[in-house]
Amino acid sequence: MKTGKKIKLANMPGRLCVVIAAGLMLIGLMAANNGVLNSKNQPLLKDTTQWPATFGFGRTATVDEIAKWDISIRPDGKGLPAGDGDATKGATIYALKCAPCHGVDGKEIPGIKLPAPALVSDTAAKSKPKTIGNYWPYATTLFDYVRRAMPYNLPGSLTDNEVYSVTAYLLSANKIIQPGAVLNAQSLPKIIMPAKKLFVVDDRKGGAEVK
Amino acid sequence: MEKEQKHHKEKSTGNISRRTMIGGAVTAAIIPVISSFTKYIQAGVPIPSPAIDDPTKKIGPGPGKLGKRSTFEQPVKKPSDISSRSPLQDFYSTITPSDLHYERHHAGIPFIDPSQYELLIHGMVERPMKFNLADLKRFPSFTRICFLECSGNFRTGKEELTPQDILGLTSQSEWTGVLLSTLLREVGVSDKASWLIAEGSDAAVMTRSIPIKKALDDAIIAYGQNGEAIRPEQGYPARLLLPGWEGNTSVKWIRRIEITDQPYMTREETAKYTYPVNGKIRMFSFEMDARSIITFPSYPQKVEKGWIEIRGIAWTGRGKIIKVEVSTDAGKTWNAAKLQEPVLDKAHTYFKYLWQWKGDATEILSRAVDETGYTQPRLKQLVDARGTDLGGYHLNPVTAWQIKNDGSVLFKPEAWK
Repeated sequence: MKTGKKIKLANMPGRLCVVIAAGLMLIGLMAANNGVLNSKNQPLLKDTTQWPATFGFGRTATVDEIAKWDISIRPDGKGLPAGDGDATKGATIYALKCAPCHGVDGKEIPGIKLPAPALVSDTAAKSKPKTIGNYWPYATTLFDYVRRAMPYNLPGSLTDNEVYSVTAYLLSANKIIQPGAVLNAQSLPKIIMPAKKLFVVDDRKGGAEVK
Repeated sequence: MEKEQKHHKEKSTGNISRRTMIGGAVTAAIIPVISSFTKYIQAGVPIPSPAIDDPTKKIGPGPGKLGKRSTFEQPVKKPSDISSRSPLQDFYSTITPSDLHYERHHAGIPFIDPSQYELLIHGMVERPMKFNLADLKRFPSFTRICFLECSGNFRTGKEELTPQDILGLTSQSEWTGVLLSTLLREVGVSDKASWLIAEGSDAAVMTRSIPIKKALDDAIIAYGQNGEAIRPEQGYPARLLLPGWEGNTSVKWIRRIEITDQPYMTREETAKYTYPVNGKIRMFSFEMDARSIITFPSYPQKVEKGWIEIRGIAWTGRGKIIKVEVSTDAGKTWNAAKLQEPVLDKAHTYFKYLWQWKGDATEILSRAVDETGYTQPRLKQLVDARGTDLGGYHLNPVTAWQIKNDGSVLFKPEAWK
């Protein structure tokens, strides 16, 4: 066990930085590791002192390669593509590609188990079930998720304009935007979701208290 | 499965080998009634004894290319549409055989050619890089044992539940890979970075935001599981592994890590994997809270009067288990169980407690204590702390088994609404 722990700690870059500070390694390493790693103040461990500044494994990724995979959308809208859509167009796409699993109007039907969750409800926090209207804190998440993972049987098959339109339809059905609103990279991140005010970050750190 | 199909085929053609017949007969008799575990400690349920030739008088099969389980041992996972549960009641210790490791995925298991696999690390770095599988394996390697657990791991509601039904979304392996900190050192992370986005290459392109501190502490890009290549269900050819954290954050089939300075609020950290707490919704519950379960005796086993070694597992995402207490009088008194060494950090810990059952109906329970001083709560404590609208995530109440006068064992479901 002791040995295992030692190896584990030894491989942590924080230790490495102390090594650097002690002048035991090349100055060049400092550039390779920079601030984040230097911010950890941990004791010297021997195992990484033999490590080179860089192992030289792997290769630089090209701009095109990054662009191809970098599909994440940030809450402030970074990552949103050009294009736009509205709820009218979205309703048609929804009926064709989403309704078979999520129901005709996205609402829970008593007594029927849909293959996928209900998406539409009123926006009151206490209402059931959990939907975009009462539980999703960011509208950007909707675009991000639909584009990467939906429709379930053909993920990633919608165009950016179609994703904007489906997003608009779902936000409109949940009475978060007006039916005629046009969504694009500028308007989508400005939407304040009703559930956002409810979200709190877990602050538990262990210890005796049950929270 | 393959074996079962083969059996059916043989039966349908009328060509039944002696081996098949023996295996089939025994399996049918044991599996629904009692786990193989029980026969070593209790003789309550008779095991059918098929006519087996004297093994000392017949030479057996020679060496083979791939080992297989005894025909008499048939542990299986229990699948649903979205997950598959480990048979906790069938394990003698804490390492989960790789083919019995629980599964949870969001759009099926992707088929990935390891020669085409690449991991991209980009964002707030000096040099965005791609690493193929061979690259990852060339870096200094790191191996550790730890549990994984889905944060939705708890089922209740009826008495006829096995440990697998109640808490089967946890398993433990020995994982091998490269520390993520080693790769981050290679790309040169900006000192302004505070989060990373981890993204899988399954059909859900599953994505989570992770504080970068975890990456520097003990995150692994794992390519090995229990000494061999990681299983497809577990992320082949490579996955993120965050010891002690809710399973969903250990993104499988990982293909992209973006270094950033904020969480991206992905679907899996907002609409899912969050839960109501007193009218609010709690998010980013990363560490798995301490919990335990008695795996023997458990439903549908039956016990006999006399000595019983109560056995089970306990674990915490916040370090080591320091104590497990067992009650055999429905929670009135508690006694320390014996912990099986080694007790590892963020790992399933096997516990044992010797008990003489005199035939009276009672309840047996276990509760775990971790090194932060946290004691696994009763359900009532969780309701008192969070309200009745608990949701299904990060629920770790003490669980109880009812022992009936006739020795039958039933789960004790507790309602909270």
